[in-house]
Formats: sequence, structure tokens, C-alpha cells
Amino acid sequence: MEGLTRVPVREQAPKVRAANFEEVCLGYNKEEAVAEAKRCLQCKKPMCSQGCPVSINIPGFIGKIVEEDFAGAYEILTQSSSLPAVCGRVCPQESQCEGKCVRGKKGDAVAIGKLERFVADWARENGIKPKKAESLNGKKVAVIGSGPAGLSCAGDLAKWGYDVTIFEALHEAGGVLTYGIPEFRLPKDAVVKPEVENVKSLGVKIETDVIIGKSVTVDELLNEEGFDAVFIGSGAGLPMFMGIPGENANGVFSANEYLTRSNLMKARLEDYATPMPESKKAVIVGGGNVAMDAARTALRLGAETHIVYRRSEAELPARAEEVHHAKEEGVIFDLLTNPVEILTDDNGWVRAVRCVKMELGEPDASGRRRPVPVEGSEFELEADAVIMSLGTSPNPLISSTTEGLEINRRKCIVAEAETGKTSKEGVYAGGDAVTGAATVILAMEAGRAGAKGIHEFLSK
Amino acid sequence: MFKILKAEHLAENIILMDVEAKRVAKSCLPGQFVIIRVDEKGERVPLTIADYDREKGIITIVFQPIGASTHQLAELKAGDTILDFVGPLGRPSDLVYEDIEELKKKKILFICGGVGTAPVYPQVKWLHEHGVGADVIIGARTKNLLIYEDAMREVAENLYMCTDDGSYGFKGNGSQRLDALYEEGKSYDHCVVIGPMIMMKFTCMATKKYNIPTVVSMNPIMVDGTGMCGACRLTVGDEVKFACVDGPEFDGHKINFDEAMKRQAMYKTAEGRALLKFKEGATHHGGCGHCGGDK
Repeated sequence: MEGLTRVPVREQAPKVRAANFEEVCLGYNKEEAVAEAKRCLQCKKPMCSQGCPVSINIPGFIGKIVEEDFAGAYEILTQSSSLPAVCGRVCPQESQCEGKCVRGKKGDAVAIGKLERFVADWARENGIKPKKAESLNGKKVAVIGSGPAGLSCAGDLAKWGYDVTIFEALHEAGGVLTYGIPEFRLPKDAVVKPEVENVKSLGVKIETDVIIGKSVTVDELLNEEGFDAVFIGSGAGLPMFMGIPGENANGVFSANEYLTRSNLMKARLEDYATPMPESKKAVIVGGGNVAMDAARTALRLGAETHIVYRRSEAELPARAEEVHHAKEEGVIFDLLTNPVEILTDDNGWVRAVRCVKMELGEPDASGRRRPVPVEGSEFELEADAVIMSLGTSPNPLISSTTEGLEINRRKCIVAEAETGKTSKEGVYAGGDAVTGAATVILAMEAGRAGAKGIHEFLSK
Repeated sequence: MFKILKAEHLAENIILMDVEAKRVAKSCLPGQFVIIRVDEKGERVPLTIADYDREKGIITIVFQPIGASTHQLAELKAGDTILDFVGPLGRPSDLVYEDIEELKKKKILFICGGVGTAPVYPQVKWLHEHGVGADVIIGARTKNLLIYEDAMREVAENLYMCTDDGSYGFKGNGSQRLDALYEEGKSYDHCVVIGPMIMMKFTCMATKKYNIPTVVSMNPIMVDGTGMCGACRLTVGDEVKFACVDGPEFDGHKINFDEAMKRQAMYKTAEGRALLKFKEGATHHGGCGHCGGDK
């Protein structure tokens, strides 16, 4: 029947892309985008917008695509999102906008993510920038961290006339978009840098190489450097390890380290000085998006790559598309399997991971069935690199150096969801620093909420 | 961009640089470090702060060219710039948090090995400025690798120089000099050891013999320096610590030095290749088979 299936999106063939770092998904061209946009039913009560954390007017921008008014579509997108080219690529649409699409009840949901990406890419290729504030209101805001939360907070505040400076600890802006998500999913020069430039074109200044809590404190920003408010969007950067024997062996990395070397430091390229771990057989522990990113990076660098995950396929927390792509490319999934020890050779290098088979028992606190070890099922999985991808937690550098900033027992900053307001006057926070590791779009939502909270506070 | 104001050789293969870095100079304390990146394609290299001038906004670094990145840094001169210079990183030395009157009662000894003398200097200077005296042993393999003798003499209570080959001062290493001091009837309540990892390992074994609580400063492989990557993890007692945020200073009697040294050597082959490539410059094609870069 007409309109039940979505216009397929072109991708690099799995075998070809498994050996390069070019973007996997090639996106829609104009004709494909218009054809897909016509599938939108233009619902009176759009459920899709309700499913979007930043409440993009989805039927609105899709309607403009049908009219082939792409500039108009971009204007609608940028009213709600500072990073549409990013979100079109990395949002978990299947559980957000597309998950609510009426079309999805019988057939495929409209490919909202791919359409968002098309519009953002079209705007960039045609040199269209978001609109700058006409005048400054004389108030200064400091934003800590240049990841999705910080960029979206800074973008909104700048549009409203604030003088915004973002402080970034690393040498390059973008946060997880730069150091974490790989090139083949989110190209740096083609997508991330132009999105950061768009935020700068709104008047936002970015100071790299400044570690808040070390180079300068939040209190100093407020009391000595003349900022009227501070937004903390410093993310969740601390990697977790399993605490099993042998974990400090040579060849065992956090996914953060492995991905930072490859993405931020470009260690995988011959002419960059940072060394990249070499591997013929890599084991990645974990089942989230970061595990998929690490696995697909190791695969592209020539390793036979295994994902070791203690639950079953249904519980994999990664986006469906990432799991699908990883499988297509040849990543081997060892599910219901858990490492118990890292085994080393005489020189202290990893030679294998001792694993135990798991089975699912009664549901645990998360509602998912708890994996329990199967007795006597231990085996050795040969490996020369092990990448721990078990999640991350917020860095205490800021919370431990800011007077009167309340944190919870997970070291997350306590902040109101609607406004980002913290226990300290003039200080707002959002994103992974508040929630613990989550998604790009939720961080953007929190960034926008923080901007709103700061605007209310400074308008009093 | 961070401007180099001074670049000089302190000894054969040991270089001192003054770098303009206002934010770092304003907030740093003894014991902390910076991370530098020379240019767009460079590594992030951690270097301990050797001195600071808050008013002028200057940080002093002292380093030994070992890998490609430090060799590249060594080629820069006054007036050149470093692309990235970030800090201060790590926790300041515990000494700066202790009660000054309590410190004055303690007999403190610093044992420095080679280029490790540089990060000891700001600690001894800080103590001196707060009226606390400390003895210092400076050791090196041979005379022309000794640094900071005059500067250290200004701030140390007693300064003892030694060389492995006896070409200057006492003949022997820092641990042997310590033995000699104990034979002379000296004793200490607190010791700080900074130098190459192997030197810190053996010196800690010596201080343990005399039951002197000992602090070492670790400088393992790092990427970000802010706790993000975990490359610098160490085993201290039965805990795993990150040198960048939990250190760089740790209880020297609890560190697993053997593990730390193995981890230090993780990229030895890759580093060797990179150094060869740097030294050969444009003539490097990776085709001769020497470095393995053609594979």
C-alpha cells in the first residue's frame, strides 16, 4: 500500500565502510527528502513533537520540505534546536519522535531524523546561519563545557542578547560530540565544527584549555570575572571499571580513552603524534552506544571485534540502528557473557579475558531480568585489547570546588529539571552533570531549560 | 596560543622554559602539573610545574626530550608559541595544606633524581618562604646532568649533591646518600622522592628501611589529565587511583611500581617509531623497514 514504507536512506555498503571512517549513512538528497516529507500526515495534534525533548515543530518543518522551502524548514528547526545536524544523526528517534508517529502504527514511521539531518546539511551547504540577536542586553553568562548542554544553553542565551563565554577544558570544543562519538557516525569537520561555528556566529565566545575548578573556580567567575550567572554543563566524564583482577594490564582501556585517542587526538591517522592502541582481537565490554562506537572503531582499525554483554539482545541499551550497523559490519556479539578476570602474558599485556556465561533470572530494580552466572561455564576469550564501556559518572572537579553547590550520592549536581536552578544562587546546571550519562538530546533539552532559568533569574 | 618567554639548556639534554600562562600562574600550587600540546597534530604531554610567578603570569617547565613530542618542544625558542597549555592539574602537594607550626617540628628530606629536581624546587621554596627548613639530596648519573644546584642551595636547609659515577659530590645514588646521612646520625620524619620511576621504586625501598613516611610524584601516560580517560591509573595499596586527579603525589610505600613501569612502556614501539619519524623529518618515508612504519 502507498506510503506504508519510508524512503530508504542510502548507506555505505557494510564491507566497504568496515574499512574506512567515512560516514556510514549518506542521508537523503532533495528528491528523497521531499518524497519522505510527503508521507507526513500533518496531524492536528502532532504526537511526534510531544516525543521530542526540545519540542521541535516537526510537522511545521516537514511541511516546509514538501514546499521545497528548505530555508523556512531550517528556521523552524533552529527555533528549538541549536544542533540540528547533530541531532538528526545521533538522537534515539525510535523511542522519541518517530516512536510516537501515527504512521508507525501501520507501517514505517516518518523518517523524522533523516529529514532533520537533510535540512541542517542543506543549510550548511548553502551558507545559511542561525539569526543573531540585534543588540546585547549587557549581562554576562559563563557556560562551563562545550558539549550539547553547553552549546544549546549558550545558543539560546546569545539569541536573547546575553554576552556568553563558554569555557572548555579540552583543546577543542564540542565535548562528547568531539571526543566521544566517532567520525563514521558524526563527521567532525563536516558536521560538528560547523555546528560549533554556528553557535559562535550568534556571538558566543569559546575559551578552550580552561578547567573550571582548577584554572579558575565558579566563585571566581561570579565574584571576580564579572559574570552574572553560570551554567554548568560539564558532562559525565569519569569512566567506570569493573574492579576485576588484571584490569590494569597493558591493553585494557576505558572506552573514553580509546575513543578520545581516535576521535579527539586523531591517533588513528599516520601524521598525528598520539599513539593508537593496535589490536588484532578486541573485546569490548558493555552494550550501550559507547560500546558500539568503540567496537566499530576497533573493527575499522583491523581487529576481530567482540562485544561482551551480560544480558541478552533485548536489553542492549544502544540505539537499534547502532546495533544493526555493528552487526552488518561484522562485530561479533557474545551476549549473556560477563568477564571475571583479565589474563596477561609475561610482559603484563592482555592475552585473554576469562568470561562466565550468564542467564536471566528475576527482574531487578531496573525492571530488567537480572543476569546470574551459570555455574561451571567459565571460558577464555582470546584478546589483545579490552575496552571497558561500562558507563561514566560526573567529574567532581567543579562540585568539589564550588561553595554551596549541592550534589547527590551519585556525585550528580542537584538541579531543577524545568530551570536548571541549583542550590547556589546564580548557578544553573544541566545535562549529564545532573542526570549522569544520558543522551545528546536530553543534554540539549537541559541546556535550553538552563537558559530559560538564567533568563528568568536575570530578568528580575 | 601560549608564548615562550625563555628557553635555555640547564644541562645536557635538560631544558627550562618560561611560558606565559596567566590563568595557570594565578591558581597553581607546588606539586601540580600542566598539559601542553605543541601544535595541531601533537600529543597532550603532562609536565610538572617547576616554578611560577603569579604577578608576571609565568609558568616554568623543565623537561628532558625523550619522545617525538618533547623533542619537538625542545626545538622551540623564546618568542615561539605553544598551541595549548592547560592547568593547573592534579592535587597540590599535601605539604601546602599542613599546619605550618607542625611542619616546622618535622625533619623533612627531599630526594631528587635527574630532571625530577625541577618539580622539587617549588616545594622547597614554598616551605622556605613559610619558614620551614628542609634538606635536599640532588642526584644524577653524572656531573653534567645535575641541575638546580645554586637555586636549591638558596632555599634548602642542607643540600647534598651526589652522582652515580662520583664525578661530582658524593659517589653513589640518592638511596646511598640517605644511608650515609643515617650513618652520620641524621634522621627524618617525612620524605619526598621525585625522579624516574625506577629511581623512586628503589629510593622508597630505602626510606622504608628507616620507616620514613614517603611521598612520590607519579607521571604516567595521560591523555586528558582531568580524570576522563583512566590511562594514568595506578594501584596504590589495594585501590585503583587516577594519577591525574587523585595524585600526582601518592604514598610511595603503597604504589605498585612494577605495574606502573609496565604501563609506562605500553607505547614504547609506537613512540620509537614516532621519534625516528620526527628526527628523519621529510626524509622519512616508512619504506626502509627500520621503524615498521611501512606496515
